[in-house]
Amino acid sequence: MLAESLTLSAALFTIGVIGVLTRRNAIIVFMCVELMLNAVNLSFVALSRLYGATGQVFVIFVMTVAAAEAAVGLAIIISIFRHKKSVNLQDINILRG
Amino acid sequence: MLESTHPLADTAARFVWWLPTLPLIGFLINGALSVYASATLGPADPSSDHGHEAHGHSANAHHQPHAADAGHDGHDTPIRHRFAAIASIVGPGVMVVAFGLALATFFAMRGVEMHSPYVNTLFSWLPVGALQVDAALQLDGLSMVMVLVITGIGMLIHLFSVGYMQDDPGYPRYFAYLNLFVFFMLLLVLGANYVVTFVGWEGVGLCSYLLIGFWFSEQANADAGKKAFIVNRIGDFGFMVAMFMLFAHLGTLDYTTIAANADQLPAGGIVVTAICLFLFLGCAGKSAQIPLFVWLPDAMAGPTPVSALIHAATMVTAGVFLVARSSMLFSIAPVASLTVALVGAVTALFAATIGLKQWDIKKVLAYSTVSQLGYMFIGVGVGAYTAGVFHLVTHAFFKALLFLGSGSVIYAMHRAYHATHHHGDDAQDMRNMGGLKKYMPATWALMWIATLAIAGVPPFSGFFSKDEILGAAFARAHGSTLADATLLGLPGSTVLYIVWVLGLASALLTAIYMTRMMLYTFHGPNRTGAANTPHLAEAPWIMTGPLVVLGVLSLVGGWLNLPAVITDLMPIGPSGTLEHWLEPVVGEATARVAGTGTHLSASTEEVLIGLAVAIAIAGIVIAKMRLKPEVLVSKSASLPSSGIQRVLEHKWFVDEAYDATIVKPTYAISKSVLWTGIDVGLIDTLLVNGSAALTRFLGWMGGQLQSGRVGTYAWMLVLGALLLLRAFARAS
Repeated sequence: MLAESLTLSAALFTIGVIGVLTRRNAIIVFMCVELMLNAVNLSFVALSRLYGATGQVFVIFVMTVAAAEAAVGLAIIISIFRHKKSVNLQDINILRG
Repeated sequence: MLESTHPLADTAARFVWWLPTLPLIGFLINGALSVYASATLGPADPSSDHGHEAHGHSANAHHQPHAADAGHDGHDTPIRHRFAAIASIVGPGVMVVAFGLALATFFAMRGVEMHSPYVNTLFSWLPVGALQVDAALQLDGLSMVMVLVITGIGMLIHLFSVGYMQDDPGYPRYFAYLNLFVFFMLLLVLGANYVVTFVGWEGVGLCSYLLIGFWFSEQANADAGKKAFIVNRIGDFGFMVAMFMLFAHLGTLDYTTIAANADQLPAGGIVVTAICLFLFLGCAGKSAQIPLFVWLPDAMAGPTPVSALIHAATMVTAGVFLVARSSMLFSIAPVASLTVALVGAVTALFAATIGLKQWDIKKVLAYSTVSQLGYMFIGVGVGAYTAGVFHLVTHAFFKALLFLGSGSVIYAMHRAYHATHHHGDDAQDMRNMGGLKKYMPATWALMWIATLAIAGVPPFSGFFSKDEILGAAFARAHGSTLADATLLGLPGSTVLYIVWVLGLASALLTAIYMTRMMLYTFHGPNRTGAANTPHLAEAPWIMTGPLVVLGVLSLVGGWLNLPAVITDLMPIGPSGTLEHWLEPVVGEATARVAGTGTHLSASTEEVLIGLAVAIAIAGIVIAKMRLKPEVLVSKSASLPSSGIQRVLEHKWFVDEAYDATIVKPTYAISKSVLWTGIDVGLIDTLLVNGSAALTRFLGWMGGQLQSGRVGTYAWMLVLGALLLLRAFARAS
């Protein structure tokens, strides 16, 4: 059971990473980040069987922070869209050195 | 320690530290007055500044109508410094007290048997591991003689300065420098180790620089000061190397310890020879010997009393003093001693030839000083340390007198030129003088005393000291350690005979140029111009008073050290007084150099003395025959000289040669290599701007990483995470 859970977690995490790396749309990238977070949550829960409830407590923390991050991140994306009429990450490079 | 057991410990000698302290107090007071005055006095009316004397007296920091020497322009009242009265009391006052203390110490020393020097340790100065240097003063026969000369003649020259400098706007500054000079000079002669002496050595160099450039607003004076300072640096390099070598080989710099341990150095070895030659390089700088003599004639840009005190009587003799002080080293280094004697002899003759054709009265005296210093180096070089110091003392008497006398003459000339608003002619050019005997009889008589003394006519002081030096050079040519050594492939005795002949030749030239100077200045027709003659007069008593004292000293100075051969013939006084006095200090070294050499027989000495007197008188007669009154013409009427005379008038073109071989190449190398090559090229371009460019490039490289694209950052993050994972996987 543990092996399957961890395999699923790794698969989800990899999908998230590939999504972050390849997609241009900020919303989709954002979703992929959430996917990575939840892949980690899954492995926390799975491993809590072996190492105790600490992992489950961490999952609560991660979800809380993810919720907060979603609120802030979406607000930023909306703000950028209002400014540039686009959520394409290729167009957002005003911080270039 | 020595202090508690030394017989001098309970006498006036325990106040020896007051000797340098007194002039230092004078310096502080006068310096404070000067600084206070220049900080609170605004500039006076600048339009009234019209000083253009040849002497360079227009210089002053406040643009007041300058009034040095001949005083103010025209007939308006002279503007004196508002603190002139205080400075006149403080400046010479501390010298009078110091001279009194020196006399008290001297009499205390006469009352005790001096076997070892009295060392007064004030405090431990540089306790650095093996190097232990104390701030200590050393009293012995040699430093006592020097202290008496410095404070005695210094006091007279301070008094003379009160008259000479009375209307100078920088009056307190002048006395501040002069007091500071005496402080450092006393430190130089009283120092109980080379380091304290070196501090004094540098200090007198500084004061010399400050006083040569006293009227600094004229470029030539400032340049002369700079020249003196830079040339002296070359010599000081030698002094320092000698100190380093002494410390490396003997582990101490105290005179007493070095004297006790000098036999650890192999006699005649390369080490002691090198130490002595480096020391002599320092002496050649300070005492204006070939090849470093060029600064002294230029130093005449300073006020005349300064020339008398610093550049004739005291500071320039420091080199002679140092050789005598280091006699324990020089006496075991015959090659170095022969070098000293030979350089001294060549300098004596060389400077005397230049003195033959100088027109500036002070320049004649300057070259005469260089020449006489050469004589002193012959004395200390041939191991006759007493004779060298004896000539130092008598020279201090008659040369100070000559300089102060020339100061009186220049003062009178300036006053006459001022009174008649006559500014075209040079007040120091002897061709513009002539016949001053009628107007300045006292100065005339006193300067003749000094001239006869320097020419070596008995019974004046210079005769005895000069004769003793030449006699010693002649006597050392047989049987001494010097005669057995070789210098540049020549046997020592040959070198000593050359030295002796050069000494005789310069004695002849000395008599000639000094008589020439007297004839041009005081005799023959008056060439000042009819308008000026009514204004020519003797200087005030404050200036002639010191001249009289120096005149008496020049006359009787020889009694300090009468030769036995003369006292045997005529019982005129005790013989060899100074020799007995200096016996504890230099006696051992003198005996070591003299070796097995027997004393000259009385008849030989009589012949030598007769020869010296004949040469002196011949010189005076030659000058008198050559310079008939009708050939003495004023500057405007004189023809340009040619041939050898022109070479002599231009000082053998030594300045030009140094300029071409040293100064110009130094400038060129500084400009092309050091400035454009190393400074601009290497440091500015490569190191300073280069490091800035490198930093900018690295920053640009880093900036390129920040593309502003989130995708790129994500890629980097993932790559970094993978690399870290890989590293952890490897490590575990």
